[in-house]
Amino acid sequence: MSASVAARLNAGQLKRQRQLVTPEGLALPLTIATKGARAGALMLDLLIIFFGALAILLALGLLGFSVLDAGTDGEMSGAAEFFIVLIILLLFLARYGYFLFFELGPKGATPGKRALGIRVAARDGGRLTAEAVIARNLLRDIEVFIPTFFLLLGGQSDGVMGAAAFVWLLVFVLFPVFNKDHLRAGDLVAGTWVVEAQKVKLAEAMSTAPDRSQEYRFGEEELSVYGEHELQVLEGVLRQDNPEAMREVMFAICRKIGWQAGTGHEREFLEAFYAALRAHLERGMRFGKRKADKYS
Amino acid sequence: MTGVNLFGFNDIDPPADISAASLRSDRFRLEREVDWQRLEQIVEALEKNRLGRIADDDLLELPVLYRKAASSLAVARETSLDAATLSYLEALVRRAWFQVYGPRTGLFAWLRHFLLGGWSASVRDIWLDICIALFVMVAGTVVGWLLVASDREWYYALVSADMAGGRQPGATAEELAETLKGTEGAEGLTVFAASLFSNNSGVCILAFALGFCFGTPTMLLLVYNMTLLGAMLWLFFDAGLGWEFAAWLSVHGTTELFAILLSGAAGLHIGRSMAFPGSRSILSSAAAAGKRSAQVMAGCVLMLVIAGILEGYARQLVDTSFGRYAIGGVMLFFWISYFAFAPRPRDHDGEAEG
Repeated sequence: MSASVAARLNAGQLKRQRQLVTPEGLALPLTIATKGARAGALMLDLLIIFFGALAILLALGLLGFSVLDAGTDGEMSGAAEFFIVLIILLLFLARYGYFLFFELGPKGATPGKRALGIRVAARDGGRLTAEAVIARNLLRDIEVFIPTFFLLLGGQSDGVMGAAAFVWLLVFVLFPVFNKDHLRAGDLVAGTWVVEAQKVKLAEAMSTAPDRSQEYRFGEEELSVYGEHELQVLEGVLRQDNPEAMREVMFAICRKIGWQAGTGHEREFLEAFYAALRAHLERGMRFGKRKADKYS
Repeated sequence: MTGVNLFGFNDIDPPADISAASLRSDRFRLEREVDWQRLEQIVEALEKNRLGRIADDDLLELPVLYRKAASSLAVARETSLDAATLSYLEALVRRAWFQVYGPRTGLFAWLRHFLLGGWSASVRDIWLDICIALFVMVAGTVVGWLLVASDREWYYALVSADMAGGRQPGATAEELAETLKGTEGAEGLTVFAASLFSNNSGVCILAFALGFCFGTPTMLLLVYNMTLLGAMLWLFFDAGLGWEFAAWLSVHGTTELFAILLSGAAGLHIGRSMAFPGSRSILSSAAAAGKRSAQVMAGCVLMLVIAGILEGYARQLVDTSFGRYAIGGVMLFFWISYFAFAPRPRDHDGEAEG
């Protein structure tokens, strides 16, 4: 059961893998961001915009009203005028400037995208230009803001025209669902896509553990039952360092290679087996022979 | 990484004992991981935009460290089965790649490039779309005029009541002339200018964004907006105030309508490049057109700022038709000569292709 879930997860990830060839001729793997991550990032950003604008408006309002009170009769005082202009410009910037500002930065991501570990990148492997960021964010207007206002104002209940407009807007909103790179209309026009950009910490080297190749000797045929996939599973088990899991894996390996498993030395056994198996497989690699998993 | 820790970087501990590693691929990794971690620290600082915290030596070595990490990755892929190291290296090279090949121009460098020719060059690039948009706009104006001339009821259908503000069929010439008057003081005009800017930019961005659907909605939007103008033109000419109305309109109109023309053309450019991509794929054709149009659009917002100021201040404060024509004419002349003659900037880094 869990194995099939893992396989499905892996298949989902494989479908999102893309290759980007750097100018050095190196193929860099990229992973397209999931629809969920992008929707989540958008929600976060909209919340930040909404509450940010609200907070500034409230602060300005408090200041502005005290100024308005100071002005006599109906005439608008200069300060009040200034505040109203500020509010108009602020709302304009909130709608068009927020995404632009953050995506032009060195992280290529808004705070919402950063929180979910994704960023904007150029689809052709070149540089992410300012023009591309501008283009993808101008189209956000018909993809995000106009549908939002439309729904908030209840436009969809406006007879045939309302329904037609609703369907029309839905095309834009659902655009990313219907292409394999999850491009939205803005990405398509700007030549960008949104990819995963997580940081990865460098884990400890595996083979600095004491050398036990004298205590555990594994023969050629014992090592050739497994491939790279099994090696990586074993690496994961060792890095997690869970005694229960290590025992199970040890018994499984011993059954497979016909050894008599004893308890108490699981980690030592697995480390030795890992080192021997990796040395065996890497030797094969150097001669151009790769073994993907136990079936190949 | 010896020396004093002046820049707030963590010192990187050299790996324990390289020879203790029994695997050849692990020794390979341990020998190089100091470089990788140094690269990671530089990239980290670049991502946080803290250039001041990076030592000059580090910055100079960034390309070298990046290439080292990239070649380490290439070697590790062929010789190492350490999944953790491989995924670390992939993420590191990817992050470094984003920084090394990231946007190299700052905002001000981009603005300079943009104003000194980048903008006008991209406007010239979409000349065909500008012609189409101009034709559509003129056609829209004529249609508006003809509709209202044939049946006055059309005026109420086209121009909403709050927009008309007293300008409606049946109003006397004096009433109409009143709506064209300026105001005495400058009070309240800033708010007017700012709201005009915000509103007009919204329309322009919409005209651009709708170009995505093969340009048809953009044309509809242009036609709709211009029929309004045609209807109003008819109204004032009918009352014998055509000359004054055109003057009133020209103060900001030459800039504002120009901006609407350009944004409509930018939208059409995208739509056209997707409908007729030529020898390229639709995606790459759309992307190239999108970048070109984005530059035009950034300029449109700038034009609308100017139009808002002209509309908010100049139109209200200058009361003579001649003065209004002079301002409008000078602006039109300025825009046309700027777009036609500002030279294309020299591209040493291919920032703006096409």
